[in-house]
Amino acid sequence: MAVSVAALALTASACGASSSSGSGSSDDTTIKIYTGRHYDLEQAFSQFTEDTGIEIEYLTGTDAELREKLETEGDNTEADIFMTVDAANLALAAKEDMFQPLESETLTTAIPEQYRNADNSWFGLSLRARTIVYNGEALTPEEAPSSYAELAEPEWDGRVCLRQSTSTYTQSLIASLIANEGRDRAVEIVQGWTDNAEILDNDIKILESIDQGKCDVGITNHYYLARKIEENPDFGVKLVWAEPEGTGTHINISGAGVTKNADNPEAAQQLLEYLATDGQNLFVDGNHEFPANEEIPVVELVEENFGSDFNRDQLNAQEFGDLNSEALAIMDEVGYR
Amino acid sequence: MAQPAVTTSTVRTVRDWSSQRGWTSLSLLTLILVIAPVLALFVTALSPDFDLWRQQIASRLPAQLFGTVAVMFGVGSLALLIGSSLAWLVTAYRFPGSTLFSWLLAVPLAMPGYILGFVTLAVFGFTGPVQQTWRSWFGQDAWFPEVRSTFGVIVVLGLVLYPYVFLLTRAALKDQAGAAYHAARSLGVRPIEAARRVVFPMLRPALAASLAIVMMETLTDFATVEAFGVDTVSVGVYKLLVARGDREAANQLSLAVFAFAMFVIFAERMLRGRASFSKAGSDTEGFTPRQLSGLKACGATGACLAVLTIAFAAPVAQLLAWMRAESQIDRGTPLTERFVEFASNSMLLAASTATVCVIVAVLLTNTARLCPGPLARLAVRAATIGYSLPGSIIAIGVLMVLVAVDRTGLLPQSLLLTGSVASLIYGCSVRYLGPGLTTIESGLSQVGSNLTDSARSLGAGPLAIARRVHLPLSKSSVLTAVVLVSVDTIKELPIVLLLRPFGFDTLSVWVWNLSSESRFTQAALPALVIVLLAALPVILLSRRLVRPAN
Repeated sequence: MAVSVAALALTASACGASSSSGSGSSDDTTIKIYTGRHYDLEQAFSQFTEDTGIEIEYLTGTDAELREKLETEGDNTEADIFMTVDAANLALAAKEDMFQPLESETLTTAIPEQYRNADNSWFGLSLRARTIVYNGEALTPEEAPSSYAELAEPEWDGRVCLRQSTSTYTQSLIASLIANEGRDRAVEIVQGWTDNAEILDNDIKILESIDQGKCDVGITNHYYLARKIEENPDFGVKLVWAEPEGTGTHINISGAGVTKNADNPEAAQQLLEYLATDGQNLFVDGNHEFPANEEIPVVELVEENFGSDFNRDQLNAQEFGDLNSEALAIMDEVGYR
Repeated sequence: MAQPAVTTSTVRTVRDWSSQRGWTSLSLLTLILVIAPVLALFVTALSPDFDLWRQQIASRLPAQLFGTVAVMFGVGSLALLIGSSLAWLVTAYRFPGSTLFSWLLAVPLAMPGYILGFVTLAVFGFTGPVQQTWRSWFGQDAWFPEVRSTFGVIVVLGLVLYPYVFLLTRAALKDQAGAAYHAARSLGVRPIEAARRVVFPMLRPALAASLAIVMMETLTDFATVEAFGVDTVSVGVYKLLVARGDREAANQLSLAVFAFAMFVIFAERMLRGRASFSKAGSDTEGFTPRQLSGLKACGATGACLAVLTIAFAAPVAQLLAWMRAESQIDRGTPLTERFVEFASNSMLLAASTATVCVIVAVLLTNTARLCPGPLARLAVRAATIGYSLPGSIIAIGVLMVLVAVDRTGLLPQSLLLTGSVASLIYGCSVRYLGPGLTTIESGLSQVGSNLTDSARSLGAGPLAIARRVHLPLSKSSVLTAVVLVSVDTIKELPIVLLLRPFGFDTLSVWVWNLSSESRFTQAALPALVIVLLAALPVILLSRRLVRPAN
């Protein structure tokens, strides 16, 4: 036993040496990605490799931890691309000067202005709408609330399921409320949510809790409901596109930028261009998201069940990304778990 | 290799001195490597943002402190209760299945808290089958205890952590307490009295050490605790780091975690007592178990079965059920083929980390033994520091050290440490040296210092003493250390996430990748493999500890 363990240790240190020696030399047939997005990457990436011969390696983690890693590694980093599931982390990374601006007409044409930052250092690639969902048996479509603020009203006391404060999705939604409604109003709304809601730790649990009658309404990303419907077409939760009259439904993005210290910036840019155009469907459909590129058709299941023609919040992602820490402060203030 | 005979005392002194100096320097160097990441963190924690802290103190901090105390004491008490009573049961009595249970009861150690946590929440939570059935019987608003609560997480962590108490207590009972117990009994002392007055004091080091491990694991856990919606300081650290992206604040709050850890270490010292028991001879006779019969025997078997079922069999069955359900859905991108690779990476990492930790632990404990004194004791304590901080904080500290080393340019550009398997093993070793060191130290503390002194007076150098005296006499504690460290490493997540190189995914990474996107049924397969892989060393250790000494 001791011998085999020692042998393993030797192998390990040998691996360590070989893998790092491979990475140190800039190898222009490989793009390396730090990604907060984990699932469904494979298909788009392998198609890109097949088309171009450029290999892709990726390392998963949470957006924030990977950003910390990138920051600590500085110019030693191996990452060419930093990819996240949320705008706030892109905004923070841009603020800390971790990206390089790209000059790419392909990207600026493909991605509308509100889904990239002003100096074109990061680009949204897929859109996720965070909207209101309700139990279709307990409420008629007319009874279902259609505004985020309504869920803070006393009539919904004990009937709302929301996601916890650690979720970037919660943070970005509240950041957008600050931008759209002003800080004071946002505090009132979050206070009302805190009084009314059961706070759960993921969107799937919110949907299941609504389905089984623990709550009547909640707020989730649209694609989790799409996934539940895909698994069970009779799933009892329905969706409302929030704020149809006013500011529109909150849209978050999953996106990426080329790192400032990328060893392989040209290939990295090429990959982003691919993901923003021909690769869009492979990149977004598996997770039932909306393509950031408006030319690209929306995946059928989403189109059929929810439609894609709704009033979308036009707020620039960089804007609510910048308000992220303010959103956290509000949640601390009112004690939103 | 026989130690050459020493002829003159002068030669002996010189040789002893020089090899001891080498030994000490090596220990010091190791110590620096172990402590550096933590020091790096503390340095960045030096300039607090007072506004942020005023806000945290007014809002989150009180609940986090309260939660930490509640969960630590809850889990500690539960683990102590289950672990020590089961250890006593299987050692002092014979009942149907007692031999089997005497090693099988350690197996829940292989179940990571976060996995038992998510299975428990899925099965017993509001949307799970149990409450669904409950509601169909008693109506939609029927009362059911809140599973997602402090109480819930205490039960879950208590069930996966009691094996630490069980293993260490049982080993101590078997090795030491038997003779004393029987001597007391033969002098006419009643069993309970004998247990209280003779056995308990001898068990104190084992109870204290295992309780300390249980409390440290509880203190630094965030995944399980957070899933149950409970706030502790470690959850707070994670929130500051991940939600706020504020590394400095996270480091500062991790000082609070560290303060709790200091309390645990202090408490361990107090609980261990001042007594040190040197084994009189090499072999003491063990317990002669008493045969239970009838209702008592049924009760004993039932209790063991119940704990095993709840902590291990039932959750494994649930994971299997999810896996079966999942295998019938076509997801397009099959991950299954890659799990062999993930599993071998997990094993490689666990085995290497365990090896490194044991070597370092043996080195440090022997140095402390050979040059006794407050400084040496402090050094050994300091080396366990990584165990008293949350994994993600350690990972960032390690990253800072690695990047600093890389920047010195001492290493060729092609041999950067950052993002190598070696750095990952380093990170895991910094984190898990604690249990390895504590176990080996406590094993060594049972070797009488008179033996060390005799060996020394016979002219043996540090290496020879370690190899020929300390190691053979603390063999089972070395094995225990290997198992504890490797099992912890297989389950480890935040360090692996942050320090692994490209292309080096482990099972725990995939459990996390999938469950972080709420794909719980898909996470069942990697979760199950983690549990089974971790179960192997636990069974190996547990069975070995049961076998009679020769």
